[in-house]
Amino acid sequence: MNVARDARQPAAGGQVQPAARLRSKHLLSAGDLSREEILLILDSAEAMKEVGARRIKKVPTLRGATVVNLFLEPSTRTRTSFEIAEKRLSADTLNIAGGTSSLLKGETLVDTARTLEAMAPDMVVLRHAASGACHLLAGACDARVINAGDGMHEHPTQALLDAFTIREHKTRFEGLKVAIVGDLLHSRVLRSNMLLLSALGADVWICGPRTLMLPGVERFGVRATTSLDRALEDADVVMLLRVQAERMQGHFFPSRREYFATFGLTAERLRRARPDVIVMHPGPMNRGVEIASDVADGPVSVILEQVANGVAVRMAVLYLLAGFDANEGAE
Amino acid sequence: MPLVMDEGGIRRALLRIAHEIVERNRRVGDIALVGIRRRGVPIAQRLARSLLEISGREVPTGALDITLYRDDLMWHAVGPQPVLRSTEIPFSIDDRRILLVDDVLYTGRTTRAALDALIDFGRPRSIQLVVVVDRGHRELPIKADYVGKNVPTSARQSVQVKVSELDGVDEVVIGEIGEHGGHAPAAGEAAP
Repeated sequence: MNVARDARQPAAGGQVQPAARLRSKHLLSAGDLSREEILLILDSAEAMKEVGARRIKKVPTLRGATVVNLFLEPSTRTRTSFEIAEKRLSADTLNIAGGTSSLLKGETLVDTARTLEAMAPDMVVLRHAASGACHLLAGACDARVINAGDGMHEHPTQALLDAFTIREHKTRFEGLKVAIVGDLLHSRVLRSNMLLLSALGADVWICGPRTLMLPGVERFGVRATTSLDRALEDADVVMLLRVQAERMQGHFFPSRREYFATFGLTAERLRRARPDVIVMHPGPMNRGVEIASDVADGPVSVILEQVANGVAVRMAVLYLLAGFDANEGAE
Repeated sequence: MPLVMDEGGIRRALLRIAHEIVERNRRVGDIALVGIRRRGVPIAQRLARSLLEISGREVPTGALDITLYRDDLMWHAVGPQPVLRSTEIPFSIDDRRILLVDDVLYTGRTTRAALDALIDFGRPRSIQLVVVVDRGHRELPIKADYVGKNVPTSARQSVQVKVSELDGVDEVVIGEIGEHGGHAPAAGEAAP
């Protein structure tokens, strides 16, 4: 895995070189990133992954920097992933969770941001139930803001770690068929992945029940289908999305069992995909709803690799944003 | 730009250093080379080849990226953010004599960062410093153990060590800062 990438060979099929730096001090949307910036983050994450393989998994890079993890919606894996990433870079971290924050006492997000600002954090990692909350926060405070999932809008670091995991297995993105299957309507992971994978040149298919289909999806340059078999046909990557019962007010499909019968990924159905297909899931999984247990735990599953890669990718994002120079970054 | 060393000069200097390494480290068996990215890496690999010819022993060779240990990332930026590259040290450095290899020794800050990085990998018996060019102007109490050439310079000058593996040519040249339009540290020269 630790191949020498120092020569920075251009990705197969393209001459795109990684950018020298990011153009923004925030990471709010995967759509803000150019292909060159994405490659810069992925290359940096590769170096960060090596840090995670050491005996002492810590480097002094962000010593003295304060990072606030403001998680106003439940999250375990994203929050712990960010926290590990911050600690490995020696930042001081402060966790504020929904249940313990003043937002429950009626404070608005902007007031919370101003209060935080008075403590002068260098970065804020925000998870919020409202789409667009990160943009609001970025406009209201000086700190660098990283979107850790805002409502049904975006989850850019998840898309970056997915792209990183795909590249480790497939080495290229051009022409790769990626089938994204599941609850399309409520998924911020889907939006960020469509933006990112399309920018990288992948052939993205999305598949789900008509009631959970995303309106206006053509503008992302992806193909939509309600047929799982069509989506799986010759797929290089199958990415499942969680059925988000907590965001569903109303009935989108008759039963979990029926959903599984139509859209659940089983070993049998997966035979339509390419023999070297990989199966991904952003977690947490609903076994027996969107994915069969034997697939989730089988040899084609890279679900646990995604979790491990998440730390490296978040370290790369923290590092690149920390080094952002406002004067230099202005274009 | 004035040429300080040509291909032959670099080759002879590295061969001499390889002999000095064997002379000073009686037991070549416990030494290892670690090159500082980027140009320290091919130089370390060349030294490893010479050491194999001289002593008949394979010397483990690694590559160290010091970016994450720099002292100028968030608060003292002196140039563009450096590109992060992988560190590859595929052997234990515990109880080994480590030869840290860099192209240019200038302020000593790169070496300081490299020492911190190495210590995170284990507890070597000793660390010795090998450089192709020592150009003076130290800002930290650091001294090289093996020097290809001492080149007196002014702070307004830049020293570039070029290696064929990365630059297509082997040479050391001195330039004036601003000569090619940038304040950024030139290739082959670590930022202060």
